[in-house]
Parts: sequence; C-alpha cells; structure tokens
Amino acid sequence: MAATPARQPARLPAERVSLVDLLDRVLAGGVVITGEITLSVADVDLVVVSLRALLSSVSALLPPDDGAPGEAER
Amino acid sequence: MADAIWVYALAERSGVTALPRLAGVAGAPVRPVGTDGLTALVSNVTLEEFGEEALRRNLEDLAWLEAVARAHHGVIDAAARLFTLLPMRLATVYSGEAAMVASLTAHAAQFRAALERLRSRTEWGVKAYVTPAARDQAPGPSQATPAGNPEAADSGLAYLRRRRDALSASRDSARSAAQGAQAVHAELERDAVDSRLHPPQSAQLSGRPESMVLNAAYLIDDDQAAGFAAAVEALGERHPRLRLELTGPWPPYSFTAEELEQEGA
Repeated sequence: MAATPARQPARLPAERVSLVDLLDRVLAGGVVITGEITLSVADVDLVVVSLRALLSSVSALLPPDDGAPGEAER
Repeated sequence: MADAIWVYALAERSGVTALPRLAGVAGAPVRPVGTDGLTALVSNVTLEEFGEEALRRNLEDLAWLEAVARAHHGVIDAAARLFTLLPMRLATVYSGEAAMVASLTAHAAQFRAALERLRSRTEWGVKAYVTPAARDQAPGPSQATPAGNPEAADSGLAYLRRRRDALSASRDSARSAAQGAQAVHAELERDAVDSRLHPPQSAQLSGRPESMVLNAAYLIDDDQAAGFAAAVEALGERHPRLRLELTGPWPPYSFTAEELEQEGA
C-alpha cells in the first residue's frame, strides 16, 4: 500500500478500486432523493435488484462454494 | 427520444471554477448545471438504456453494472480531488434538466448543510479479516485420535476431553476475533468525525478465503489523515489475529444518505 509507512496511502487509480468495495458505496451510499425522481427508480428496489443481480451473477461465475458467511444480504 | 439526465454529484457553485473534461456513464461528456447556489455534475443518458424498465433489466447484468458503477465513481472521484462534493446514489436519473433543477432546488438548504459538514474531510475504509494463523490456533476435531485406535483403547475420556477443548478453542477464537474487531472500531471511531458500519462482505464476493469481521467507513478531517493511517497500522500490530486493510481516500459516499433522509421529512 503506502511506500512510506505511517503516511497517508497513495490514492488508488479509480479503475483499480475493488468492485465489491465500490458497490458497497455506490449502491448503499450517496444522496437519495425520495419521491421526486421522475423515473421513479425507488432506492430500496434498486439496491435489492442490484444486489440480487450481483450475488446471482457472481455465484454463476464461481464454482459451488466453500461456506461463505451468510452476511452478504443487507 | 429525448435524453434523460444522470446526476453524479452536487457541489457549492462557488467551488466549481473549472471542470476538467470528464467522460461519464456510457462515455457521455460531463457538464455542470447551476441551481440555486449549487452545481450539479450531470451527463445525458438515453432512455433506451437508462429508462426505468431498461435500468431494471440492465442492473441484472453484472458486466453492465460494473461499467456503470466505475463510470459513476470515475467522475465523482476525479471531481472530489478538486472540490467538496456530495455524491449521488448510483442511477439517480431525471427525465430532463428542468425536473432535476426543480428537485434539487427544493432540497438546496439540506444539500448546503451536508456539503458544509464534509468540507476538508475524507472517507476512509477499514476492513478486518480473521488471519489464517488465528484459525490454526483452534485445532479441528480431525486432529483428535480416532476412537478405534487400539493404543487409545482406554482413552475414550481423553478423546472427549480433547474434542471439548478443540471446540471451545474454536469458539474462543471466533469470539476473540469479533472482540478484536469491536476494539479496533471503537478506537478508530474516537478519531473520526463520523463512522458507518457496512455489512461484512461475503468471502464469495470479496474473493478472499479469510472471513471478514469488520467493514467500516470513517469520516476523517484531512489534516488527521496521516495519523489515522498510522493508527490503523498500530492497531494491526496490536491485534495479530486480525488483518486490517485500509482503503481510500473515498468520496464521502457513506456520509450523505441517512442524514438527508432523516432531515428531509
């Protein structure tokens, strides 16, 4: 991580940020304006849909698993 | 068909002097739109791909989701280096500029307060994993002598004792990892303006064999950032059973939503 210990770590280029860390933030964080989005993409629905997509896509890509802790749902 | 508007982030209008050329979602150019003292960073998206129905379909596609999430983050991350901003949740889409301006104007006072709170502060992530060494300290039942071994014929009691010790060691190990994670969080929270716990990532998603016991975000004053990184390192040394990972700096994704929802009643 940091080239010099006890210093602020260098900023990772945006394209190298881990996808899982990124989805933690862009799907669960950020400002949500409820009720006023003209396309009525409800935030709750969106997060559920996205996480379901993520989990199902990832598990389809991976071999049957090794006992991951069941903490992925939020 | 008319384009829709994708919103990346909001900032104080006075802070956004020169915006560099940024490519956003689907490669569209990002532009600033002024509203009531605030500037929104937006780009056009097609309703064919980003309308409500299309969004629902496309979000089921991990490759699509990744491309969009990275494009959204790329714009926010680049702009966050230049001025304080308030990131918007992924897929904040308006049917047009007028609808967006009306909506943002209605919340302008809250946005300004949230921006004020984030000024000169940065989000950092800390994840803690249980190290494989910590798990090895708890011998599994497989190490017990097989019951059928003649040499251990009259050691049934010893077998049970070993088995009980192994189980309790494994419980202790899990408990001590959880306690360690709590202690780490308690200490880091003291140095932070605010903190938020994300659910631990499953091993399947993180792609790591170790289990995660802490997935936290901290809002840190910029002049305390080096001290915070040093504190994480020191805590890692004091908790050899945990492996701590510092991520960031992040745009303040984890320190926007709840506050606005609560105040927006």
